[in-house]
Amino acid sequence: MQNELLNLETVAYQIRKEILKMTNSANSGHPGGSMSCVDILLCLYSKFLKHEPNKPEWEDRDYFILSKGHASPALYGVLAYEGYFPKDELMTFRKLGSRLQGHPERLFLKGVEITTGSLGQGLSVANGIALGLKLKKSEASVYCLIGDGELQEGQVWEAILSSGHRKLDNLCVILDRNGLQIDGFVEQVKGEEPIEEKIKSFNYNVIKIDGHNYSEIISAFEIFKRTKGKPTFIIANTVKGKGVSFMENNVDFHGKAPSNEELERGLKELDEHIERLERARS
Amino acid sequence: MEKKGTRDFYGKTLLELGRENARIVALDADLSASTKTCLFAKEFPERFFDCGVAEADMIGTAAGLSLCGFIPFVSTFAVFGTGRCYDQIRQSVCISKSNVKIVVTHGGITVGEDGATHQMLEDIALMTSLPNMRVIVPADAHQTSSVIRFIANEEGPFYVRLSREKFPVVYDEKNTFHLPYADVLKEGRDLAIFASGLMVHQALLVAKNLSKMNVDAEVLNVASIKPLAKETILNSAKKCKIAVTMEEHSIINGLGAQISSLLAEEFPIPVKRFGVEDRFGISGKPDQLIRFFELNPESLSHKIKLFIEKYSK
Repeated sequence: MQNELLNLETVAYQIRKEILKMTNSANSGHPGGSMSCVDILLCLYSKFLKHEPNKPEWEDRDYFILSKGHASPALYGVLAYEGYFPKDELMTFRKLGSRLQGHPERLFLKGVEITTGSLGQGLSVANGIALGLKLKKSEASVYCLIGDGELQEGQVWEAILSSGHRKLDNLCVILDRNGLQIDGFVEQVKGEEPIEEKIKSFNYNVIKIDGHNYSEIISAFEIFKRTKGKPTFIIANTVKGKGVSFMENNVDFHGKAPSNEELERGLKELDEHIERLERARS
Repeated sequence: MEKKGTRDFYGKTLLELGRENARIVALDADLSASTKTCLFAKEFPERFFDCGVAEADMIGTAAGLSLCGFIPFVSTFAVFGTGRCYDQIRQSVCISKSNVKIVVTHGGITVGEDGATHQMLEDIALMTSLPNMRVIVPADAHQTSSVIRFIANEEGPFYVRLSREKFPVVYDEKNTFHLPYADVLKEGRDLAIFASGLMVHQALLVAKNLSKMNVDAEVLNVASIKPLAKETILNSAKKCKIAVTMEEHSIINGLGAQISSLLAEEFPIPVKRFGVEDRFGISGKPDQLIRFFELNPESLSHKIKLFIEKYSK
């Protein structure tokens, strides 16, 4: 188990390297909020989500919706490492003719359930999937990752009200609580705390975790699987730009690609993380 | 001509479809008694989702249901089902090409007493601008039934605009729908009238008036505003060489604008657009408002006569 978790964490740092390279090569994109949610996504895809990379439209699959579509580099990285498409293709990100559009697009890439990018819409779609699965008497689940800046969109609260009201216990929402949005700290731009109490009052099962700690991520998803009669909301405290010292908690890297020099420094730091984990594993 | 409600026939047809196909589901935003989705809701409560007063959430929920293989019909008033949730329709429905059918009631000024806030005059403009969206305004209650049946079996997004008011039928119950749709209801050679929705039966009355003034008008129902039935429209334009459009919508970016653009590119002839000028509606009884906005047959006939004279000199 311990080695398995170290292995996952290692892969997450490899995907962070891809995120830096993709955004550097595209000279655009959103590395900060991609690096904050990559541990959660990788853990979900490799351990919980029922899916078939060779058969993305498999009828009995679980669904994942990346409501914060700007974290597309993280999603593409995880999909490539899960075998949806060759890793080489990651470098086509945001380029003309690529399946890897700036924000994830359903009509371009199999495995993307719905197009996202304009914030606030994914949870409503996830609710619809959860209702559809129940109507079909399917055992499958739907997972939806939202951002904390995104939580300021009114539609998210409409959707939280809906899923709590309908007791959608096949729905798991994960909040990537990295604390930063383009204009600064979320709590300074438009404060959201106390999030836990607010969501609980909407009839949700709320779990608070460290979004970079694999034991906690796993245990949260396990609690979700066991919870009946209400949807689950995981508040994952994360670090924007996680893994690269000069990007961590630095809002400049919300929507800015690393320069060539920053890329080099960043990759070096990420390699150091990978070496550290490999030493711990042996 | 007998008056029938487009929304009544929508409710009835949706219920029939629900009986025939278990994949049909319906969503409403607290207006099911008005949009008539209540008929479906009563018989199929497990397949009906009242989203409350939350149209943006409703559009996303519908998109999600479509991803599980269901065919969602989403209903509310035209004003709430377009402007209120434009971005959700744009991204979760149109960019994603989800199989969502948006069928709204209460389009246009004949909403009546509720006034400007509820009289949607820009919905056709918003919906025709969206790639992947097809936009239909049935000419009467019977055509509404055939449109609803058609879109249930056609993959991808649709926007269908219905009315609050009952108005005269122009088709019998055997009307069948296809895309694109425009048909000639009355042949003529002096003027082509392109109309949509409840202006179609008004156009037929206008044509009667005009014949008394020695103008032989051709009347077309342009039910699909997107895609346009270009060939049928161009044939009438080529025959008559002067045209007018009639719609219960802003003349900016509605049916008139679509027809004008087509004719400007393919067969430039004089075109006059009738509808609501660049302004919002006001409270009043529906028939009073039709007269106030000069969309009644007498006003239209008079203005058309002047328009024809202007170009015959």
